[in-house]
Amino acid sequence: MKIIVNGQPQQAEKNTSIVALLQTLSLNPRQLVIELNRQILTSEEIANIKLQADDQLEIIHFVGGG
Amino acid sequence: MDHLKIADRLFHSRLLVGTGKFSSNAAMQGAMEASGCEIVTVALRRVDINNPQDSLLHHIDRSRYLLLPNTSGARDAEEAVRLARLARAAGCDPWVKLEVTPDPYYLLPDPVETLKAAIILVKEGFQVLPYMPADPVLARHLEEAGTVTLMPLGAPIGTNRGLRTRDLIAIIIEQAGIPVVVDAGLGAPSHAAEAMEMGADAVLVNTALADTPDPARMARAFKLGVEAGRMAYLAGLGPQRIKAEASSPLTGFLREE
Repeated sequence: MKIIVNGQPQQAEKNTSIVALLQTLSLNPRQLVIELNRQILTSEEIANIKLQADDQLEIIHFVGGG
Repeated sequence: MDHLKIADRLFHSRLLVGTGKFSSNAAMQGAMEASGCEIVTVALRRVDINNPQDSLLHHIDRSRYLLLPNTSGARDAEEAVRLARLARAAGCDPWVKLEVTPDPYYLLPDPVETLKAAIILVKEGFQVLPYMPADPVLARHLEEAGTVTLMPLGAPIGTNRGLRTRDLIAIIIEQAGIPVVVDAGLGAPSHAAEAMEMGADAVLVNTALADTPDPARMARAFKLGVEAGRMAYLAGLGPQRIKAEASSPLTGFLREE
């Protein structure tokens, strides 16, 4: 199925959890903030929620800034 | 002791440091260390999923520095509020440097959207430190909205041009009941000292530290500039005059009068 990750279309298996997707992208959820369809997720939600087709995921982290 | 008090927190240092644009994490750390700062700003961005980088937070000791996330990149109040909420969700204290800069050329803060966002974020329990035009009327509105500082710009972000808004910042300082942190455009320790001599409570510097071959040395220079300016302000500067006033006695000259 198609999902949108950080504005880019990505393919993901049906019922993939967000944690599993982050693992395939080599990302550690503890250093990230995740928004799913504009809702900020708690770490519990990140662990439990399964992705649906056309979900929009934002994976955000801190960078240097003034 | 001469402390900077923002909201309910006391700080020894009056120099806030931005973490952007350093050539390496080590250079950033060197500048933070040498500056003596206790507050560092950070930004939130999308992860590059094709090329994930080491987390910035690995390089900032959060027991030592208060992380102050900014809302840079926000073009309106809604985007700024979204970024502030994301930062809080990332486990930061609910402190936010509010930045709303719709104009990409001069990056000037939008006064209307900044005030709108400030009102929302204060209601949501954030300690709001707004980057703002050096406008004394807006400063009053922001203070009434409950922001914990005012952060007027000296010059546009990253320009290193110093206190181009000096006269307006002087009015803001005179009127403010909350700390005034001069932010943006300070390119030299003398600029920071000048702001502090005028009675600013603190300054925030990023580009001037990042954009030099020796960030740590420059950070130390800014630290000294801030301390010198603050000390001069506390001591009390002498009045300016047009007419000369001799420092040496005007009697006993080696000539006949």
